[in-house]
Amino acid sequence: MSEIPNSFTLDGQLVPFEPGQTILQAALAAGHYIPHLCSSPELKPHGSCKLCTVVVNGRHGSACTAHAMPGQDVQSDTPDLNGKRRLQVQMLFVEGNHFCPGCEKSGNCKLQAVAYDLEMLNPHFPHFFPQRPVDASHPDILLDRNRCIMCEQCVEASRDIDGKEVFGLAGRGLASHLVVNSPSGLLGDSALEAGDKAANICPVGAIVHKRVGYAKPIGARDYDTLGIRAQARAAAEGEGP
Amino acid sequence: MTVSVPAPHSGPAAGPRKLKVATASLSGCFGCHMSLLDLDERLLQLAELVEFDRSPITDIKHCGPCDVGLIEGSVCNSENVHVLREFRSHCKVLIAFGACAVAGGLPAMRNGLDVGDCLKEIYCDRVGPGGLIPNDRELPLLLDKVYPINEVVRVDYFIPGCPPSGDAIWKYLTDVIAGRMPRLEHPMLRYD
Repeated sequence: MSEIPNSFTLDGQLVPFEPGQTILQAALAAGHYIPHLCSSPELKPHGSCKLCTVVVNGRHGSACTAHAMPGQDVQSDTPDLNGKRRLQVQMLFVEGNHFCPGCEKSGNCKLQAVAYDLEMLNPHFPHFFPQRPVDASHPDILLDRNRCIMCEQCVEASRDIDGKEVFGLAGRGLASHLVVNSPSGLLGDSALEAGDKAANICPVGAIVHKRVGYAKPIGARDYDTLGIRAQARAAAEGEGP
Repeated sequence: MTVSVPAPHSGPAAGPRKLKVATASLSGCFGCHMSLLDLDERLLQLAELVEFDRSPITDIKHCGPCDVGLIEGSVCNSENVHVLREFRSHCKVLIAFGACAVAGGLPAMRNGLDVGDCLKEIYCDRVGPGGLIPNDRELPLLLDKVYPINEVVRVDYFIPGCPPSGDAIWKYLTDVIAGRMPRLEHPMLRYD
């Protein structure tokens, strides 16, 4: 009796996986990039941004939560899916206040890197220009809700890794916003410390460290020369044999 | 016996018609036009392909019928709306270039503030001469919010960047002039 090989096809290419891996984990390990924002290798996937949506055997699903199974036919890098992903990223851009030229995270920002990868040339939709408060009360960390995309990585990291539950999401729909667990609601009165995972995991410029914003000049930053897709490929090759 | 050789055809009809290009800056820092000058010697190549209508390069004040219009800057006051509508009605293809035109950019950072409060703080609350908010018929009125240009008129193409590099502008313009679907990819595609 022959064993069924642990592999699936991603856009026609064979991708091996280990039992228990999600489609996204297996794809990234093999050097195939699937755009994603709310998923991080250190956190439990929760499939909220929907950017990693792929078509598995004809059905749509989040690659970060769907388990890899032998023989799956997964479609990801298709004009249809990339077009929808671009629309999702455009909606994220107009929903907040994402002024890349004035943001210290520019060049290190995953939202921006994904938008570059999807060749987003404009935000397409009318801007909301919402009014969101900035919290500068913490001595080392700045919380700028204008740039928050509500991916919940800080919420998860604070709860599951730091064991502090500093952050949470409150409100629903358009009124959703990041809240801080402290008597005053301010970051300065919370248990957050600069070394916490929650203070270092933000994919955008919502939670940033003070006084180091421009330590690395624009032009020499994470995604300035090598795009996020090329970096995912390089990372997989670096870890390989 | 003399053979008459027909004179070579000369004059404006000799080559393909030059495209007419107009450029303007709305509310912005003029950095995108500076970046346009970063085309350097390619400006000479561009001058062979296009003819400039209204532009800071020609100092023509009003735009005539054009093939391509390049707009830098966001829509911040009534004069910007006027210029932008004039461009839209005269240009076959309108291109937003730069972060301000594409997404509002830095001028749009005032959108969280009240215009009256802004004017008061700038002109009244500071030590120095004056103390009055400028109020003259010649001055265009500020809009309540700053808008990217595609929220006021229809825009055909977008070149993001603050400013877009000379290379990005060149790639995009040559694509448009050649009649190709323009395309910008990372690392030429940048928002900062």
